[in-house]
Amino acid sequence: MIGRHKHKVVPSVAAALDQLRDGMTILVGGFGLSGNPEALIRGVVERGVRDLTLVSNNAGNMGKGLAQWLRAGIVKKVICSYIGGNEDLHTRMASGEVQVEITPQGTLAERMRAAGAGIPAFYTPTGVGTVVEEGKETREIDGRRYILERALPGDVALVRAHTSDRFGNLRFWRTARNFNAVAATAAKLTIAECDHLVDNGAIDPDDVHLPGIFVHRIVHVPEHENAFEFRTVRKRS
Amino acid sequence: MPYSTEDMARRAAREIPEGAIVNLGIGLPTQVADYLPEGHAWLHSENGLLGTGPFPFEGDEDPNLINAGKQTVTVLPGGSTFDSAFSFAMIRGGHVDLAILGAMQVSAAGDLANWAVPGGKVMGIGGAMDLASGCRRIIAMMQHTTKKGEHKLVARCTYPLTAPRVVSLVITELGVFEPTGTGFRIVELAPGVTREAAETATGAGTLSS
Repeated sequence: MIGRHKHKVVPSVAAALDQLRDGMTILVGGFGLSGNPEALIRGVVERGVRDLTLVSNNAGNMGKGLAQWLRAGIVKKVICSYIGGNEDLHTRMASGEVQVEITPQGTLAERMRAAGAGIPAFYTPTGVGTVVEEGKETREIDGRRYILERALPGDVALVRAHTSDRFGNLRFWRTARNFNAVAATAAKLTIAECDHLVDNGAIDPDDVHLPGIFVHRIVHVPEHENAFEFRTVRKRS
Repeated sequence: MPYSTEDMARRAAREIPEGAIVNLGIGLPTQVADYLPEGHAWLHSENGLLGTGPFPFEGDEDPNLINAGKQTVTVLPGGSTFDSAFSFAMIRGGHVDLAILGAMQVSAAGDLANWAVPGGKVMGIGGAMDLASGCRRIIAMMQHTTKKGEHKLVARCTYPLTAPRVVSLVITELGVFEPTGTGFRIVELAPGVTREAAETATGAGTLSS
């Protein structure tokens, strides 16, 4: 018998995604177009699964990233914190093609953290006295009111790492860590797309950002687009 | 002469104590950073960065080093990066001293509305509610009225709330105002702005300081 932490490195994106089915809830790392698992996102469209529930902070932007899932018509519901200028989501939300649940960004992150940590629900002050509170249980603790928010587990998580070893210990690059580290903990099957694949031992144990216990499949993708949303610079004086 | 946006940003910067942890909202508040002396405060970006630095020099920009407005930035020596759950633990847990946020409406009670216009396109909540309810002090930075001349400093918010009773100071082109519960106290007026002009532009009672 082979446990699921034995052979994690798979040869292709298609092989990494071979357990995806219609109707699954998929958690995807990234903040806007930063830190996106770009090859896995494309691979899901190619696999042809549909009726997906997508959990992501933004669900893509500028037609890129997860906006490809919206354009392919494979998403029935999005749970996100911010739409902004994502016209692909605005039009599908307006037409009713995609159901959208908007949740505060910190609550979105904490709902995934809770799912990964075995906590079914938690009390939070965020959203008290706003529309976010509607229909939810509230409770006063030590004189302050809180909302009960539910954990948000996924069937699959797709994440992007800068470096992975063969056990799936991950390191992230700069602000590309964002939702990747927390989404990875919250799914039954976590698939990591890494820019660099190294042997076990190459990452010092004290330098691991996310321990490999949370990662089940690893696919090495050396090339990424890494699209800019706002390229802001200053002139060299 | 009412304050220019640069004057407003400079005035907001004076509210930041040395050694504070500060989150600057998207848009106008982001400009406040330009008026902070080097090493004065630590800027937090809720996408997972503490020690946010200025925009990078041309050619140094990195699409995976951005602020919450998704603009390319730099990280200062002593800065750190972390995941979204940890970042919002900093905010919700009261570790961020001050947030300077844009606003659509602020009420006399200090209620903040800054995420949605009734009947308008839903842009989403993002980090607004977590910041407004979690940071230890909230300053709103905004135009005093809408382009149509409607009040934005109001007796009660008519726009969807971001958080109730959180704003401690409002900086507009007309001056600096403090929600008192029943109205707005005039902390200071921009040069040449009369008390009457500020009163007319405010949808709740004003008090002289």
